[in-house]
Formats: sequence, C-alpha cells, structure tokens
Amino acid sequence: MIELRELVVRFDGAYAVRDVSLDVAADEWVMLIGPNGAGKTSVLRALCGLVPFAGGAEIGGSDVRRLRRRELARLISFVPQTPVMPPELTVAEYALLGRTPHLGHLAAEGRTDRQAVARALERLDLLAFAERGLGSLSGGELQRVVLARALAQEAPILLLDEPTTSLDLGRQQQVLELVDELRRDGLTVLSTMHDLTLAGQYADRLVLLDRGSIVAEGGPGDVLSAENLSAFYRADVRVVVDDGGVYVVPRRRATVRDGVSAPRMTD
Amino acid sequence: MVAEPVTNAEAAVRARGVSRPWRLIAGAFLAGSLLVGLGVGPVGIDVGGIVGSGLAHIPFLHVHNPLSTLDDAVLWQIRAPRVVLAALVGGMLAVAGSSYQGVFRNPLADPYLLGVAAGSGLGATLAIAYGHVGRTGWLLPLAAFVGGLAAVAGTYVLGRSAGPARAARSLVLAGVTVTLFLTAIQTFVQQQHSDTLRDVYAWLLGGFSTATWGQVAVAAPYVAVSSTAIVLHRRLLDVLSVGDEEAASLGVDVPRLRLLLVVAATAGTAAAVAVSGLIAFVGIIVPHTIRLLVSTSYRAVVPLSLVVGAGFLVLADVLARTVVSPAELPIGVVTAFFGAPFFAIVLRTSRSMR
Repeated sequence: MIELRELVVRFDGAYAVRDVSLDVAADEWVMLIGPNGAGKTSVLRALCGLVPFAGGAEIGGSDVRRLRRRELARLISFVPQTPVMPPELTVAEYALLGRTPHLGHLAAEGRTDRQAVARALERLDLLAFAERGLGSLSGGELQRVVLARALAQEAPILLLDEPTTSLDLGRQQQVLELVDELRRDGLTVLSTMHDLTLAGQYADRLVLLDRGSIVAEGGPGDVLSAENLSAFYRADVRVVVDDGGVYVVPRRRATVRDGVSAPRMTD
Repeated sequence: MVAEPVTNAEAAVRARGVSRPWRLIAGAFLAGSLLVGLGVGPVGIDVGGIVGSGLAHIPFLHVHNPLSTLDDAVLWQIRAPRVVLAALVGGMLAVAGSSYQGVFRNPLADPYLLGVAAGSGLGATLAIAYGHVGRTGWLLPLAAFVGGLAAVAGTYVLGRSAGPARAARSLVLAGVTVTLFLTAIQTFVQQQHSDTLRDVYAWLLGGFSTATWGQVAVAAPYVAVSSTAIVLHRRLLDVLSVGDEEAASLGVDVPRLRLLLVVAATAGTAAAVAVSGLIAFVGIIVPHTIRLLVSTSYRAVVPLSLVVGAGFLVLADVLARTVVSPAELPIGVVTAFFGAPFFAIVLRTSRSMR
C-alpha cells in the first residue's frame, strides 16, 4: 500500500530523513518510533506531500509527486500531532471539512457527504456531539473528533502523528483501540508513537528511526530491547516480557540518584 | 428499523449557513437603508413617492409619476447614484474584509492590509499634485485604482520571497512595509505641493458627494465579479481556518487559493477606493458584528457581510450629509464615530449571550 524507497528529506541543508526504505501492506499498522528529532514526523509529512523530498514514495503504485493534492487527499488522511481546531466550529462542521477532497472547487456538501460524516460520527460515538462547538469539548473528545474528520475523508490510508499526546492513560488506550478497530475494517495505518509500551502492544510492526535512518525494524520483541533503547534513546530501561506483551519501564540511573554526577547549580 | 437512525444521523450533520430569519433580517435592513437613503435629504420623499416614481420610469407600464419634475431629478440624478455607489462600496469593503480575515486567519485584517490604501492614496496624490486633476472626472479614480493594484502586486512579490512555510505572515509583513514606504512618498509629495493639500485630504477622507451614475458604472463590474468570487469560496475559507498545512492535507492548493482570494478582494477594494476614497472601519466592523451575532462560519459571514455592509454604508452616508447639512461630514468620520461604540455594545452583549 505504501512504498518508500531511499526517502530523503532536508531542511535548509540539514537531513531530517536520510535513506528510509519502508513497505506498509494493506490493513497493516506500522509505528515509527525513535528519539526526538529522529525524523518520524518528516516521513509522514513527506508522504502527504507537505514537504519536498528526494527518493521514491508510492501509494498503491502511484508516485506521490505525480498525484494532485486532491487525489492524494483521497488516498491519505493525515492527523497532525496538534491539529488546529477552531473553537467556534461545530463537531459536524469540522468533520465536514474532511469531505473537501471529494468536493468540486466551489461545490457545497451534498447528501453523500453528510452521510459519510454521519457514519464517521456514529462510528466514534460522536453523534450526540454533532452540534456542539469544538471549544466546549475535552481533550479526549477532541481527539475523537479529529479522527472523525479523518474517517469522513474516506481515504484507505491513515497517518497519525503522535495520536495519544496529551491524553490520560485510559484515553490513550481508548484511542488506540479505536484505531485498531478501524484498521480491522480495512484501513492501513502508519503512525508515530512516543510511548514504547503502547507502541509494542498495538503495532503489527515497529520501525525504530535514529537521526533520519532506520536502525531496527520488526516485532516488539526484536526492536524494544534494552540495548536498542539505551543506544538510541540514551535511556536506562528495563524491558519486561510476559504473555501480555513487551513493557518498557524507565529506570532511574543510580548515579543520578546518589547525586554523584548530578549537575549542580553554581555561580 | 435500520434505515431510520441513519436518516436521523444525517439530519444532525449540517453546516450552519445563513438561517432563514437572518436572511430576512439582512434583506430588510438593506431595503430599509436604501429607502432611507433615497428619501432623506433637504427634499423629503416618502416611500410611496419613491416606488411610484420608480414604476413610472419603467416603459410601457404607464404609471403616473407622483413626483414633480424637480423632485424626480433630485431622486434619480442626485440621490440614487449616491445611494447605489455607497451600497456597492460598503458591500465590497465588508466582503473583502471578511475574505482577508479568512485568508490570513487574522481577525484584525482589513481590506487595506496589503497596501491598497497607501497605493491608491499615492496614486490619487500624484494625480492631483502633478496631473492637476480635480475631484471629478475619470483620471483621479484611474490613478487611485492603478496605484492600489500596483501596491498589492509589490506586496505579493516581496512576500513571496520568504518561502512557502511562512507565506501568510510574510505577506502581512510585506504589506506593512509597502504601506509605510508608499505613505512616506505620498506625504513627501503632499508636502512639496501644499497648495493641493485640500483636494488630497478631501479625497483621502472619502465620501460620495460627487457620486454619478458614471462612477457606479465604473465600480459595479469589479464589485460584482470580486464579491461573487469571494462568496463562492466561502466554504473553502472555512477549510483555511484549520491552517495552511491541514488545508493542504485536505486537498486544497493553499497558495493558489490565497492568491485568487487576494486578487478578488484587492481588485474590488481598489475599485471601491477609487470612487470613494479611504473609508475605514467597514471592512472590520461589519464582518465581526456578523460573527458575534450570527455565526463565525464563513458560510454566514461572507454573504451577510456583503448585504449588511451595503446597508451600513448607505446609512452612514445619510448621516454624513444630514448631520451638519448643508455641509458634509467625511464619511470615514461617521463610520468610525458610530461604528466603534456600536461594536463595543455588540462585543459586550454577545459575551453575556453565550
């Protein structure tokens, strides 16, 4: 479904992504993990045609650069990490924006569009909220509303940039369960993820990026090793494996705890 | 059993446009303003007289004209062009303001944001100082129109050099730069030709005292095309409210859309400024009043700005020519003097409504 070949993204000469090759099959959920600045978001943005890139990026066999914006938006829906949500729009109005790629330049929404939005709202349990203003919703509800807009777009591929940031633990699980259900209905998902334990539990496959390159790839058991996390995140962790999955637990460094090498504030 | 919930669900999904009551209110406001504009003046003409005389001018209808020849001439040769021109300019400035506010996601954007006013002001000043044109005739509006368009073109070229990521912001900054630069030149020229100060100021302050059907004919095509283009893009203005990048991921060609809307708003504004001078406040106050009273969706703000802006400026012009009659107030003074307190009231009451 998604094919990346030696993808390179550069900003003002600095590499954000260098040489990423990656295939995502239909109905698969692949998660990009890696430390801050590893290039996770840039991969998603390149796929949406939001940043210029070198190398190959194909969706369902067509080159992303050859597709027009509208055509691309019918194939990919993109949920950024912090979406702009105008507080005065209603939930229905906001979700209707997702129909834009299906509408003619100056056309208004028709019956099909309202039905698509109604289905998306129903799917995410938001119908009762249809006429509420976005400004009156909580963080968890807003995250569902953004997903509703993406669903209303009716694209076969969903790109999620850190879908669980700023959600509490329960809401993180709810959102991920939801995405997992949607994926089982035939959606291909490529997302970035900060929380490694949740990443290990929901992804079919993990791709670990560091400084713009893929350094590990595979199932949670292979990628989420203490060695990998120490090498690329510079994190001290314990990795616990049981029948429920892989758990990454941060561990406070002994040196810091004893105050031996902790930085001191001096004049 | 199965179909029913789906239909109910679909009914809940709708975008607020202009509801029927608001359509009627806005229409009644405009019609009332036009009648007041036509009827009020040194010679009072009642509604029956206006309607009867209007019908009498329609060929083959053979309606008796209730007005004297003099009153009829006052109505159709002096007041009507003035009222129509004020309506065109008011509607254009308000709709252009709403468009700029949407395109730049800046609530304080007004139609003069990108330098139209400064460019037109310089064009008009040059025409008056060096061309020795009076306040009537076609040369002054032409100079103002060309100056306004040239200024915005300069702003666009300057703003584009900053790259696409900061396109909207750099355009606004370029507009400020161009405005300051052109205003400096204009002030210099004005100071060198102090004998023309009076004419330049009279033009800058704006007004409709020299309105003719000829000016209406000049401005009308621009206003019609520009405002139609903006009204047709009202849904896309809502899409832009989620930001350039998300709008792009929804399939919108943002730079092209922005250019199109800026060109439409600018051409209309330049035409309006050319025939009326610089009238402040309309482009900000009218769209915001609609946002506070009706809805913040551009589906409502854009079409209602057009209608309400037209009525508002007609009423402002009535005040401008009656308050200190037989002298006239500059209309910009009226729009600001009555507009600002009105806006303050709307701001206060709408907060308690929500």
